[in-house]
Amino acid sequence: MALSTKDLLGIKGMAADEIKLILDTAATFKDVSERDIKKVPTLRGKTVINLFYEASTRTRTSFELAGKRLSADVINISTSTSSVTKGETLLDTARNIEAMKTDMIIVRHACSGAPEYLAKRLKSSVINAGDGFHEHPTQALLDMFTIREKLGRLDGVTVAIVGDILHSRVARSNIYGLAAMGATVRVCGPPTMVPPGIEKLGAKVFFDMDEAVQGADAIMMLRLQLERQAAGLFPGVREYARLFGLNRARLDRVGKSAIVMHPGPMNRGVEIASDVADSSSVILDQVTNGVAVRMAVMFLLSGGAKAEA
Amino acid sequence: MNILIKNGHIIDPANKVDGKFDLLVADGKIGKPGKPGSLPSNGAQVVDAAGKLVVPGLIDMHVHLREPGYEYKETIAAGTAAAKAGGFTAVCCMPNTNPVNDGRSVTEFILSQAAKAGAARVFPIGAVTKGSKGEELAEMGELHDAGCVGVSDDGKPVMSAAVMRRAMEYSKIFDIAVISHCEDASLAAKGVMNEGFVSTELGLRGIPNAAEEVMTGRDIMLAELTGARLHICHVSTAGSVRLIREAKQRGVKVTAETCPHYFTLTEEAVRGYNTMAKMNPPLRTAEDVGAIKQGLKDGTLDVIATDHAPHGLDEKSGEFDGAPFGIVGLETAVGLSLKLVQEGVLTMTQLIECMSTAPGRIIKSGGGTLSAGAAADITIIDPGMAWTVDAGAFKSRSRNTPYDGWKLTGRAVQTIVGGRT
Repeated sequence: MALSTKDLLGIKGMAADEIKLILDTAATFKDVSERDIKKVPTLRGKTVINLFYEASTRTRTSFELAGKRLSADVINISTSTSSVTKGETLLDTARNIEAMKTDMIIVRHACSGAPEYLAKRLKSSVINAGDGFHEHPTQALLDMFTIREKLGRLDGVTVAIVGDILHSRVARSNIYGLAAMGATVRVCGPPTMVPPGIEKLGAKVFFDMDEAVQGADAIMMLRLQLERQAAGLFPGVREYARLFGLNRARLDRVGKSAIVMHPGPMNRGVEIASDVADSSSVILDQVTNGVAVRMAVMFLLSGGAKAEA
Repeated sequence: MNILIKNGHIIDPANKVDGKFDLLVADGKIGKPGKPGSLPSNGAQVVDAAGKLVVPGLIDMHVHLREPGYEYKETIAAGTAAAKAGGFTAVCCMPNTNPVNDGRSVTEFILSQAAKAGAARVFPIGAVTKGSKGEELAEMGELHDAGCVGVSDDGKPVMSAAVMRRAMEYSKIFDIAVISHCEDASLAAKGVMNEGFVSTELGLRGIPNAAEEVMTGRDIMLAELTGARLHICHVSTAGSVRLIREAKQRGVKVTAETCPHYFTLTEEAVRGYNTMAKMNPPLRTAEDVGAIKQGLKDGTLDVIATDHAPHGLDEKSGEFDGAPFGIVGLETAVGLSLKLVQEGVLTMTQLIECMSTAPGRIIKSGGGTLSAGAAADITIIDPGMAWTVDAGAFKSRSRNTPYDGWKLTGRAVQTIVGGRT
C-alpha cells in the first residue's frame, strides 16, 4: 500500500488505514536515526525544498534531517533571505523553484490555505509544514506516533488538548487524526481562544482545566503566543498559568499517569511548569519521532510502498 | 431618433403598470403607453419586445468604478459599459477612489469621464468625511452642488458615533441619504470570512455577524436621534434584517440594500480558499440567506445593489488572507436576482421595485419610472433566456466573480439610456 495523494496538506479526510500506514512506516525508519551511519539511499537523486515563510527551527530542521537521512538533496529557503522580500508572489517563487526541477516542496506559511494553493498549481509534491491556523499534519502524525509508542494504541485513549485552540493548527490536525483513529479528544482553553463549532470536528469543549484532564491518557499543552494578551484574549500570564497551566499539583490530580506532550517551543512557567516538562513529559521523544514520521511521509509521497522500507 | 417598443410586457411599479403595452420614446423622453398596435411608428426605430419585459432603467446604487486612482481595476468607461451590458441605465459610484471623492474637483472629473463614455448615467456618492478618515466632515454642500446624490465612507466605516451623528444632522440641509457600510472595525478586526464553523475548519479569521449588527443598530439610533435619512449598505445578516424591520415599524427614516451574493451564496463558497468568495461583509450562513430573502419579500430590504468591486486577477489570487474583498456584479445581477422571482420569493413587480424604483427614489435621480415625460431610461429583459456566465466576456476590466460558468435564466437584452439604444 502507498499513499494515493500527491501532497500532504492536512489530516482532515485521511482514512485510519492511511494514518496507520504512515505510523507503521515511521516505525521502520525510526532506527535509521539510531545507527552510526544515519542514512539510507531511498530518496537518492530527489530534490526537496524547505520553503519556510514563517520562522521555525524545530520543524525545518526535522524536515531537513528527514530528507538528508533518506539521501535526498535538501535546500532551505527562508523568507528573510529570499526574493520574497523583493515583492515576489508566492506562486512566482514556487514556480521558479520548480523550474529548477524539484520533486518535493515543504511549505510553512502564516496564511491558511497557502500550501493547498501551491499544491493545485505545482507538479511537485507539497507537504504542509504548518499553515496559519489551519493544519500541521506532520505534527499530528508525530504526536499520534508518540502516543501509540507510549500507550500501545490510539483507539480508545483520551487526549486533552489545552491552550489556544483558536489559533492552533496543531490542535486541528490532532483532532482530525485522533478522532479518525478512535481516540476521544477534549479541548480546553479560555472561551476567547476556543473557535466556534470546534465540537463539530469531534472534540468536547472544556473551560475548566481540571475537568478537562481528569482521567486523560495524554495531555497535550499548546504554546501560548504571548502577544495574544495585547489582543485582549487573556488578561495576563499569571492568571493564564493558574487557570490553564500544567503544574505538578494539577498533574497529580489527573488520577492516572498521563503522558505530557508539547509541540514546542515551550513557555516554561506559563502553559507548562519546568519540573513537569523536564521530568514527566515525552516532549523530546516527540522531537525524535518527528524525524521518523517526516521520513515516512516523504518516502510514501515519493511513491514508496511500505514493503520497500 | 425615436423608438417604438412594441408588444412588450411593461412593468412600472411607480405607476402601477403591469401589462402588455407599446411605448413610444421621442426626443429622449418617455411617451404615453398605448395598447399593442395602437401607436404609429412615424419613422421611429421599432424594437420588437414580444415575450420580453419593458421596465424602468435599472439603477445600481452601489458600485466602485475605481477611477480616479485604480484604473487597472476599472475605468468609468469600462464600468459604465458593464452596467449597460448588465441592464443598468444608471449607477452610483462610491467615493473610495484615489483621491477620495470628498470635493468638487473629483466629483466633476467623474461626471466628465462619464459624459465622455456615454454609456450608463453616473451619480457619484461623496465622502462623509475628508479623505474618508472619519474625522472632519467633508464639504457636503459642495459635493451636493457638484452632483453627488448621497454621502458615504463606504469601506471605511465612520467609527466615531459623534462624527456620524453630525454627518446625519448636516445631511438634512440637502435631504440626501447618509449611506452606511455598517461594520464595527474592532469586531471585524483582521477577519477575512464569516465567523463560524467553516472559518474554524479553514483556520481563517472570522468576522462575526455582530460586527455588522452593532453598527446597524447604532446608525438606526442615530437616524432616530437626528431625523436624517439613513441608507444601510449590503445587508448580510439575519440580525441586521431584524433591526431594520423593527426600525421601519417605528417610523425611522431608514432604507436598506442587499446584494445578489447575499441571497445566492453562503460561507461554504469559501472552501478551497476561494478568493472569489471573499467579500465584505462576508458570505454568511443559509439561515442568513433565508432572512435576506424574507427581508426582500416583506419590504424590509428596499434595494438590490451589486457592490460591484473590480480587482485585478493578480491581486485577487494568491493567499486568501492577502486577497482584497469584493466581486464584480454588474453583469450578473439581473440573472441572479431573477432567481428570486423563479423561486417565488418576489413578484416581478417587487424585483423591479428593488432594482429601479426604490433606488431611484432614494437617490432622487428622477429615474426609476416610466412616467410620461421622464428621461427615456428603459431596460428590456428577456426573462426566459438561458445563458451561461462567461467572465472572459465581461465588459468590466475585471473578472473577479464567483459565478463564472453558472447557468442562469433571464438577462437584460437591451438598455436604453436617454432614448439612446
